[in-house]
Amino acid sequence: MSAAAIPAGESPSRRALRRFLRHRLAVFGLVVVVLFILAAVLAPLIAPYDPLQTSWARIRKPPSFEHWMGTDENGRDVLSRVIWGARASLMAGVVSVLGALCIGVPLGLLAGLAGGWADAVISRIADAMLSVPFLILAIALAAFLGPALENAMLAIAITASPVFVRLSRGMALDAKSTDWIEAARALGNPPWRTAFVHVLPNIIPPLLVQASLAIAEAIIAEAALSFLGLGQQPPQPSWGSMLNSSQRFLTQAPWLSIFPGATIMLVVLAFNLMGDGLRDALDPRAEKR
Amino acid sequence: MGLWLLRRVGQVLPTMLILSMLIFGLQQLMPGDPALILAGEERGDPQVLAAIRAELGLDRPLHEQYLIWMGKVLNGDFGFSWRIRVPVSELILAKLPVTFQLASMAFVIAVAIGVPLGILSAVRRDTPADWAANGAALFGISTPNFWLGIMMILLFSVELGWLPPSGYVPLTEDPWQSLATTIMPAFVLGTGVASVLMRHTRAAMLTALAQDYVRTARAKGLPERLVVWKHALRNALIPVVTLGAIEFGRLLAGAVLTEQIFTIPGFGKLIVDAVFNRDYPVVQGVVLATALIFILLSLVADILYMLINPRLRQA
Repeated sequence: MSAAAIPAGESPSRRALRRFLRHRLAVFGLVVVVLFILAAVLAPLIAPYDPLQTSWARIRKPPSFEHWMGTDENGRDVLSRVIWGARASLMAGVVSVLGALCIGVPLGLLAGLAGGWADAVISRIADAMLSVPFLILAIALAAFLGPALENAMLAIAITASPVFVRLSRGMALDAKSTDWIEAARALGNPPWRTAFVHVLPNIIPPLLVQASLAIAEAIIAEAALSFLGLGQQPPQPSWGSMLNSSQRFLTQAPWLSIFPGATIMLVVLAFNLMGDGLRDALDPRAEKR
Repeated sequence: MGLWLLRRVGQVLPTMLILSMLIFGLQQLMPGDPALILAGEERGDPQVLAAIRAELGLDRPLHEQYLIWMGKVLNGDFGFSWRIRVPVSELILAKLPVTFQLASMAFVIAVAIGVPLGILSAVRRDTPADWAANGAALFGISTPNFWLGIMMILLFSVELGWLPPSGYVPLTEDPWQSLATTIMPAFVLGTGVASVLMRHTRAAMLTALAQDYVRTARAKGLPERLVVWKHALRNALIPVVTLGAIEFGRLLAGAVLTEQIFTIPGFGKLIVDAVFNRDYPVVQGVVLATALIFILLSLVADILYMLINPRLRQA
């Protein structure tokens, strides 16, 4: 990008917004995410049927004008269950990543700014957790905590936190050597104030990028845990548990497998696109590739 | 080199120590008393419960329990399965070859798809070929592999009837049938890694192609083919090899759901069945074993990186 293209005096957030909007796929991702959030919030209003209402008269009916995504093995409307399932999936994605941020960022800042023993202990714990593959750790935690959506979210939050520890530790280390942190300290700011008022705002952009990619991963993880029966418990709808019960009817009712899975893919794709777009928009050093 | 290796191995030890504490600590999260689960029908008998607690050392203080557990683990004793009363280490060793076969096949597929696509999209940057490769990688990353598995069963087993939907035949028994039962799960498992490899290969190739030595090679009139394959690729592949070793570890984890879908009796099925049966020592054992394999692979990755990067070798 040539320097002349940048209007003089443009604020960083405006520039980020302009860059993000130029990224057509990222905007598409954002639109899809917003639509799904709306669907989750407005589920009671827009779902055509009660997601839990069973009916012996309409068991495993293929997609039709009345039931766009067909009906399941208990005669429930699949579209309504997919819409209500957005609540479990999006909540699991957002809440568990927020949890991971709340655990990971303070610990990472502490490790980076305090150094010494605190750094050694926190970093080793993060290393140890990162040495267990994400899904296996999440499954093990969820298994020991017991099967429930809340426990699955907690398990995902804990599993996702070391990434944020590493990220914020690295950023805190970078910030520590800068003049403005030196100045904040010299002015007599207590360490926690330096960390949260002076360091944190500066590392928000990379955290935001990582968070939106982490939400994509968390949604897949929630679906995986629910698929294994460790997340949302039936009859409450969730995309993962719908896929689990659909497997038995793969030959007779393939639509039961197709729609919930395609929905997961679409949402995850949207979060990934949004994350990529945010990275391009927020990272001033990112060269356009 | 020797000193570096020693230091690198030394770094692993505290990580493993903390890991062992975390995995031991998992037990403490468990709701309820393990003795009650183990006692089964006899759970009303306090004597039986006391005997079980004494046998498992549950009546001792926590730090003593940890030291006893750790001592056993160091001797290769991962406890025994609560359900079928078989040593956990035996179970793991029996299932590992199955998952290893699956993961190796998936890895070959991932490299065969990911690396050439990455090279292609870097060389043909900003052309439709590049966009298509990037789009494919994005879909590969965003598709939950258990759903991809179900869709492939639907297409290749239910609709076309080309491949068996589930089951597993060991390689030693019937190599051909073994391939037929594992090719679909291996592909499903490989797509995610292929996407990651593609993205990294592309980035590494773009960096390499922008280097001065590539400009020099072009300036002295070398054919583009030689510039790409000999000069750029060799250097671009260095970080990719490292990544490959780590991704192989991830395949072992990805196998959890894939094996579940295709009912392949491997490592992943072991942990899922153990979770359902509340067979906690098996869950612990599998987590520990995966972490050990993963740490070992990262070590191998670092050593490979040292060996193939001449600049680091001399340092």
